[in-house]
Amino acid sequence: MSEGIAFTLNGERVDGAGVDPNTTLLHFLRGSGRTGTKEACAEGECGACAVACVVADGDARSRYQVVNSCLVLLPEVAGAEVWTVEGLRGLANGELHPVQRAMVEHGGSQCGYCTPGFVMTLFARHYARPRPDARSAIAGNLCRCTGYRAILAAAESVSEVAAGDPHAARLERPAPPVTAVRFEAGGASYARPATLAEALAARAAHPDAALLAGGTDLVVERNQDGRHRERWLSLGAIPELSGIDEQGAEFVIGACTTWEAIEAQLGSRVPLFAQLIPLFASPLIRARATIGGNLCTASPVGDAAPVLLALDATLDVASVRGRRRVPVSEWFTGHRRSALAADELLAAVRIPNSPPGAGRFFKVSKRELDDISSVSGAFAVWFDGGVVARARFAYGGVAATPVRATAAEALLVGRRMDAASLRDCRAAAAGAFAPIGDVRASAGYRAAMVAELLAKLWHEVAP
Amino acid sequence: MNGPRHECAVQHATGEALYVHDEALRSGPLLHAWPVQSGHAHGRIRAIDATAAHAMPGVACVLTGAHVTGQGVIGPVRHDEPLFPDEVSHHGQPVCWVLADSEEHARRAAAVVRVECEPLPAILSIEAGIAAGSFLTDEQTIATGDVDAAFARGDRELRGELQVGGQEHFYLETQCAWAHRDATGGYVVHSSTQHPTETQSTVAHVLGLPAHRVVCESLRMGGAFGGKESQANAFAAIAALGCQVTGRPVVVRLDRRRDLTITGKRHPFLARFRVAFGADGTLHALDVQLWSDGGHSLDLSAAILGRALFHVDNCYRIEHLRVRGRVVRTHLPSNTAMRGFGGPQAMVVIEEVIDRVARTLGVPPETVRERNFYRPGDRTHYGQEVRSADCIERIWRTLAESSSFERRRREAHAWNASHPHRKRGLAMTPVKFGISFTTTFLNQAGALVLVYRDGSVQVNHGGTEMGQGLHTKVAAIVARELGVAAAAVRTMPTRTDKVPNTSATAASSGTDLNGEAARRACAAIRERLGIVAAASLRCAAQEVVFADGVVRGGGRELPFGAVAEAAYVQRIPLFATGHYATPGIHWDPHAGRGEPFRYYAYGAAVAEVEVDGFTGMHRLLAVDILHDVGDSLAEIVDRGQIEGGFVQGAGWLTSEHVVYGDDGALRSRGASTYKLPGVGECPERFVVDLLPRASEPGAVFGSKAVGEPPFMLAIAVREALRSAVAAFRGSGIVELGCPAVPEAVFRAIRAGTV
Ligand SMILES: Cc1cc2nc3c(=O)[nH]c(=O)nc-3n(C[C@H](O)[C@H](O)[C@H](O)COP(=O)(O)OP(=O)(O)OC[C@H]3O[C@@H](n4cnc5c(N)ncnc54)[C@H](O)[C@@H]3O)c2cc1C
Ligand code: FES
Ligand code: FES
Repeated sequence: MSEGIAFTLNGERVDGAGVDPNTTLLHFLRGSGRTGTKEACAEGECGACAVACVVADGDARSRYQVVNSCLVLLPEVAGAEVWTVEGLRGLANGELHPVQRAMVEHGGSQCGYCTPGFVMTLFARHYARPRPDARSAIAGNLCRCTGYRAILAAAESVSEVAAGDPHAARLERPAPPVTAVRFEAGGASYARPATLAEALAARAAHPDAALLAGGTDLVVERNQDGRHRERWLSLGAIPELSGIDEQGAEFVIGACTTWEAIEAQLGSRVPLFAQLIPLFASPLIRARATIGGNLCTASPVGDAAPVLLALDATLDVASVRGRRRVPVSEWFTGHRRSALAADELLAAVRIPNSPPGAGRFFKVSKRELDDISSVSGAFAVWFDGGVVARARFAYGGVAATPVRATAAEALLVGRRMDAASLRDCRAAAAGAFAPIGDVRASAGYRAAMVAELLAKLWHEVAP
Repeated sequence: MNGPRHECAVQHATGEALYVHDEALRSGPLLHAWPVQSGHAHGRIRAIDATAAHAMPGVACVLTGAHVTGQGVIGPVRHDEPLFPDEVSHHGQPVCWVLADSEEHARRAAAVVRVECEPLPAILSIEAGIAAGSFLTDEQTIATGDVDAAFARGDRELRGELQVGGQEHFYLETQCAWAHRDATGGYVVHSSTQHPTETQSTVAHVLGLPAHRVVCESLRMGGAFGGKESQANAFAAIAALGCQVTGRPVVVRLDRRRDLTITGKRHPFLARFRVAFGADGTLHALDVQLWSDGGHSLDLSAAILGRALFHVDNCYRIEHLRVRGRVVRTHLPSNTAMRGFGGPQAMVVIEEVIDRVARTLGVPPETVRERNFYRPGDRTHYGQEVRSADCIERIWRTLAESSSFERRRREAHAWNASHPHRKRGLAMTPVKFGISFTTTFLNQAGALVLVYRDGSVQVNHGGTEMGQGLHTKVAAIVARELGVAAAAVRTMPTRTDKVPNTSATAASSGTDLNGEAARRACAAIRERLGIVAAASLRCAAQEVVFADGVVRGGGRELPFGAVAEAAYVQRIPLFATGHYATPGIHWDPHAGRGEPFRYYAYGAAVAEVEVDGFTGMHRLLAVDILHDVGDSLAEIVDRGQIEGGFVQGAGWLTSEHVVYGDDGALRSRGASTYKLPGVGECPERFVVDLLPRASEPGAVFGSKAVGEPPFMLAIAVREALRSAVAAFRGSGIVELGCPAVPEAVFRAIRAGTV
């Protein structure tokens, strides 16, 4: 177990010993004079703080993963290899990196404040196999000046990786392992155990510790409320909690599996995930955000919940006292409250490995990409001949918790998806919830969406 | 593309470009400031107890009004903004500031400062302000013709009302200032400001010092958009005051939430209008009343409202036009300049009027627009001739053709016929935007050009760089005037000890003013060098040509540097100042008459959108723009301004929603709740053409201002949405909220039912 938090930055070893674990990687970088990486929101939305980490790509190789350094606590990168904009220029000869050159040539910067972040996103994309299309790659970076056209043009102009590129050569070796860490500084402690048993013991001993998975909710909260947490427990190094297994008729998804990994492994097997994930946050957030974190925030507008409700998922919960299973429909006990006890961890999410006859995920938001839902709906329908055998209509954003419209579901069983059944289901669903209004949408609009999303479902899937 | 790229493009891409906070963090140990903010929209402060804060780690000082040795009340036009208020007038207003050895420590200490505040009733909307008689200005009026008589004629008539939303600047670099003392007892303030002179004078005023003891430097800004025209001053003053009190360097950097909750935004407007029109769509008479929400202090609100009054005509001649306006005082952050400066709000209103007239008559809105265009010789409602009015039609026709507007509209109709739940809409809208500060005396600028003996050149001017490429353009002007390579010209950070008494870099006028001042300085130097060169080249001084880094004449040539060296040896000065005051402009606000603008910039845009009928969610599919930039000085920069301005305008009109709660606290207080356009809002088809043969005789090298005008091209998106909504609904007026967020579009589709 290491005592310090050294890591490799742009190829050189950096020592973060003595730094309060409440410090984000971004503030550490900037505070130590590495000011190329910028802060513009401190909540994971803008990508101005983007940095690239070398992470595993199978056992033998690695890849660059771009993340928001404003949401990564410094100790999370203990032992990691991190690249920032300062490190790209001319490893060998002082020349601009191809993505930097492309940004310059295409007029991709105006005020330049967003540019280092875009450069890092494009850097990671440059080496990605296959290379994602430019639009989806930069969906987590905001620019207030350019209107994006020139940045897209820059991204699209970048040619293949040149032979002998040192950044490419690095990827032929394994990524650094994510190891256990424990240390204290600045009146706060941080622990990252490497086994579930240790984590459960730590959880039982200090139920008040801030429990960290991807940090995309928790560190946003910390940045916004400014509260100094005295104890951090990170789940980032526990193999039992991440990864996906197919067991019998189920996929068992470790609670700490990131959305990025779920998309890569289940995108083609679980159609509802394939619809959900591209609309979930941004690639930068999906690289760290976990499915378990999404459920444990118990946010009424968390996007995983409706999908998991529609799929009748079950949750594995663990503590020093043992393990138990909770159907996802019993998970949400109130506004931002879950069935998790103070000493428990969410260990895994189980979903059936055969998809429903038809499934749709609809997300209503102000912006199509990288926005939080005003209302979301996940719908799954199983048919028996022409009639519906089973239906699940699950919503986010219409009540204090994610919920199913069970009365409407029941009304559809045994019937066809026709105008009459739609009318009945709409009426039943619309009456079931009394949503509230907030900054994202009014109560009236949310209430209307309950019925409208059903109409959209009928329109798209009715045979 | 022709012309230079952004001069700092490489530094941007490598992270080497420094911004104020970067400079401060790299400068060595300093104190960091964090505000204690009001929890009430309006209230009287009874007591501030900072005892607990003083005991927190790292705390050096809690700055309060007691520390001010000069004047504690600031404001760019009227001094009505107390830095340390006894009476708070908006939620989130800084009450005092904690200085500590790190931002984290300052923040933690600020959280334990106790402020006792007696709440008072708050005015939180324009309507509430009107009802309470709460105003920041008197009513301004501009009128032409005889409006009352025209309405009495019995033409068709419509009345309506529109609320136009505000907009957060969301410059990616939040407000920041860093102050330290220099070796001679002065203060140096590095500020992310568009207006270094005013920042300097505000700091001097607060510190109780003459202006010459304060130097303000604005190296570059990470975006500004008007939000740092006046609003940077307070933070610079706090940094300087902290430095005066503690003797240590102090940095003030707002995090995003502080920035959003403290600083003002684009003004929301309320418009009530009445229009009389003919069966052919001719607008005969228009009577408009505008109210803007100024927030709690005057700031620049009067001039912003004034620009709205000037632009309510957009490109249309209306024989009888009266527009009145007044700034309402509310208990909200003080709204301020933002790209377009009141012009966009007024243009949204006139386009609303046009659309309602068109839908009432059952003709395409484009037909009504065309019918009412200004023609050569026409004058605006304030009496200025619409010079180059033929540009409007030239642009309109060319764009209609190049965008295949009619064909695409037919295609959209056909597409809509087969899609009951999704509709596409197209619209084409024009822009005419007046260039100059409407406060005439601001239309001046200075520059200082230094040529060294090796022929390398430094240019200093009063304009600031916020990403708009001003330094790139001024350097290009200098290079061209002196006939040297771009690489020979270095643009220096904007500092008030190089060029004094400058105007804000605003009103799109940066290049017109500073570029011409720099050109004049160069011309003076070139004239002197011409005489020196003529002697060596053995030709007449008038024959000497400066180009390509050499000086030619009499069939011979000399390197520019050799001529500079020769001039030095002959004791000829190699530096000069240049000053420019825009000629021919004047404005009489009482009469509502004058020529406030040097010229107009024109453009037009076609937008095509697709709307989902179930949710009101929409996508921008395609944009075609034809815009007039005169003779472009830097095409890549100008295109960037057009594209970026357009997308920012589209954000204002479709996704950016400033929301306050019933307590006056900002609810859209982060990037997660205030949605800027992301890459998804950049249309797949985004064609931008520059109007050819458009040289502007009244501006430097025939170029035209480009910062603001393209912003208003985005009104095409709003009108395209309306056209898509109309496709769901058939005929009749489409009342569409502004911003047209999905919810507003949904309500427009289901008018009256949700
Ligand atoms: C820019 C941005 C965009 C976003 N967009 C979306 C979106 O589109 N849709 C959406 O639904 N969400 C969105 N989110 C929210 C967030 O990304 C998700 O909720 C994410 O899945 C949380 O996972 P995490 O691992 O980062 O959680 P963390 O922040 O690490 O943890 C969240 C909470 O869960 C607890 N927790 C985490 N794991 C466990 C566990 N295994 N057992 C017990 N408790 C645990 C933590 O203690 C904490 O209280 C967005 C966030 C950001 C910053
Ligand atoms: S600062 Fe905006 S995403 Fe990190
Ligand atoms: S260039 Fe200014 S924010 Fe992107």
